[in-house]
Amino acid sequence: MADPMKIRAAMAGDKVEVKVLMSHEMETGQRKDAKGAVVPAWFIQNVTAQHNGKTVLSAEWGPAVSKNPFLAFRFSGGKPGDKVTITWTDNHGDTRTDEATIS
Amino acid sequence: MKRTRRTASVLCLLGAFGAAAAIAQQRSAVEEIERYRAALSDGNPAELWEARGEALWKEKRGPKNASLERCDLGLGPGIVKGAYTVLPRYFADTDKVEDLESRLVTCMVSLQGLTPEQAKKDPFGGPGKKVPMDALVAYVASESRGMKMNVAASHPKEREAYELGKTIFFYRGGTHDFGCVTCHGADAKRIRLQDLPNLTATADAQRAYGGWPAYRVSQGEVRSFQWRLNDCFRQQRFPELEFVSPASIALTMYLAKNANGGVFDAPSIKR
Repeated sequence: MADPMKIRAAMAGDKVEVKVLMSHEMETGQRKDAKGAVVPAWFIQNVTAQHNGKTVLSAEWGPAVSKNPFLAFRFSGGKPGDKVTITWTDNHGDTRTDEATIS
Repeated sequence: MKRTRRTASVLCLLGAFGAAAAIAQQRSAVEEIERYRAALSDGNPAELWEARGEALWKEKRGPKNASLERCDLGLGPGIVKGAYTVLPRYFADTDKVEDLESRLVTCMVSLQGLTPEQAKKDPFGGPGKKVPMDALVAYVASESRGMKMNVAASHPKEREAYELGKTIFFYRGGTHDFGCVTCHGADAKRIRLQDLPNLTATADAQRAYGGWPAYRVSQGEVRSFQWRLNDCFRQQRFPELEFVSPASIALTMYLAKNANGGVFDAPSIKR
């Protein structure tokens, strides 16, 4: 089971600025371990952000994204107290969803 | 003859310009790295370790099915706030000077019922291996962020550890005749592009000690101070510094005391 994300969502002028830290190994599938065996690819493939049930960001990620990735973005139409939900799905089919309240 | 001399002086001038340009380039590279670190610090993944550590601190674990919430880190049972700033220190219950990592081992043994071997088994994380120690260290350290280092070093055993640590710091040996002091005993030294702190000077010692534990971007892990010392020993081609050994704690005591008065600002983020 994946560790929770750290999500901060705050007003920046008339937009909402969201900063997300995700806990993930993000293995590229290119590395070899100490015994010379390839470390299988394991990375986040899809990220979506929803505001009050409406998708405000949808991204396809690949193995070039770093371990424990940090994602920051802004969107319009949010206000303090609203909920922002982030979901990721990796190539193993594992998924994690966390929620934050806009401050 | 005359012409030759003129040519020579022009060449000299060019040489001086070349050196100045190289230094300017070096400085700007250092500044660029500083900018890179500042940009990274906004989303420091150490926060993930801090959150995991806090959960582990409160989780009932081990044969005694107990949490660490009654662990005395030096300011009384269960007090985490500011604990990192007074460590290492002398603990009467174990009659030893302990740093954070060794104290966590002590608490895992006394409160949770683990054997010392079990508590010390996985001191550092690695690819695909998350260990409780890293997370607990990150959590406890984060609770001292912004506070001033205040290591007493007044108890006879604390003074003894400090003196031993000082001896280790200046001790040269191994295949390269290295000591900590070789890299950390003078101002403005670098290894590749990393500035090396002069740990015998107060300002540098405060900044260096106040920056560990840290998330190492190149390793994708939070690294504790015990790890830092262990890796310094490796780079010196010294025998392995055993996790939470008296020598490691003595060296930590020497460096922590030298950082007294400095603001603790960790877990930080490093390249």
